[in-house]
Amino acid sequence: MSNLSTAMSLVLAAGMLVAALLSIITRSLPLAILSAGAVSLFASIMFMLLAAPDVAMTEAAIGSGLTTFLFFFVLGRVGGKGHG
Amino acid sequence: MVKHLVAFLLLAVLAAVFASLTLGYQPDAALNRTALYYAENTAKDLGAQNIVTAIVVTYRGLDTLGEVTVLFLTSAIVGLILSTHRATGEGRATGIPAAGELLRTGSRLLVPLILLAGVYVFVNGHLTPGGGFQGGAILASAALLMLLADPLHRFGHRLIAVVESLSGVAYVAIGLLGLAWAGGFLDNRFLPLGDFGTLFSAGAIPVIYTLIGLKVGAEFASMLASLSETEKS
Repeated sequence: MSNLSTAMSLVLAAGMLVAALLSIITRSLPLAILSAGAVSLFASIMFMLLAAPDVAMTEAAIGSGLTTFLFFFVLGRVGGKGHG
Repeated sequence: MVKHLVAFLLLAVLAAVFASLTLGYQPDAALNRTALYYAENTAKDLGAQNIVTAIVVTYRGLDTLGEVTVLFLTSAIVGLILSTHRATGEGRATGIPAAGELLRTGSRLLVPLILLAGVYVFVNGHLTPGGGFQGGAILASAALLMLLADPLHRFGHRLIAVVESLSGVAYVAIGLLGLAWAGGFLDNRFLPLGDFGTLFSAGAIPVIYTLIGLKVGAEFASMLASLSETEKS
């Protein structure tokens, strides 16, 4: 792996960690859903860097697309206001 | 206090396990025997340009049938559970605010393009990255956009059920044709392999992936439609 892609994967890994922590720490449910989607988005770019475009497409379409909106759908139904 | 300590200890153990895995990691210098077989023989045997697709659809086709079955069961169960709460009245308040002008107009432009992109992904599954599952998920995201733009929009459950059942039955039937006229269940070589790298090549792989794409798209769309039709509790 070249230096550039190593640096990019480090940045992506840091971004994934930050987004994952944010999603469990934050009190706001919409923010938690969005950052959980961001973890998937970073992961799909990571799969792209690791030369697995098939997996990257699945992750982007299902992990960060459908799942995020599914959570928002359910959030709209149950009308959660956070657990603060 | 004790709870935090236990959680911290568990995390530390997990970190130690992963550290020992990654620190001793050496990438293979050469492909192992299975990978080498796939890399050398896929183009020759099956005529598929995308080796991942050849493995998913043909070499490990039975596993894919299992995956599709799992997804089918999931969508059937979601539909079963949610159908008991299905709203009957039309035009009632959903609790979701009406979509704005931008979303409604934009979705009219984008939905056909997204559908086209999904179809492109699964029709070209044997040539480019992607395939039935990815294309089906993209089709379902077009359905999602339609639901977001108009939360009261109703999909025809009959149509979705017919598309899903027909593509599932056709998938198994193609597998049986492979058993009858080629090497085994889900063998793609009962259709001509064609010119390597063209759209109509790789035997039955494009047909199978089109069916999987339709089936996955219909399953996700039916899940989304069931969710959007439930009463706000």
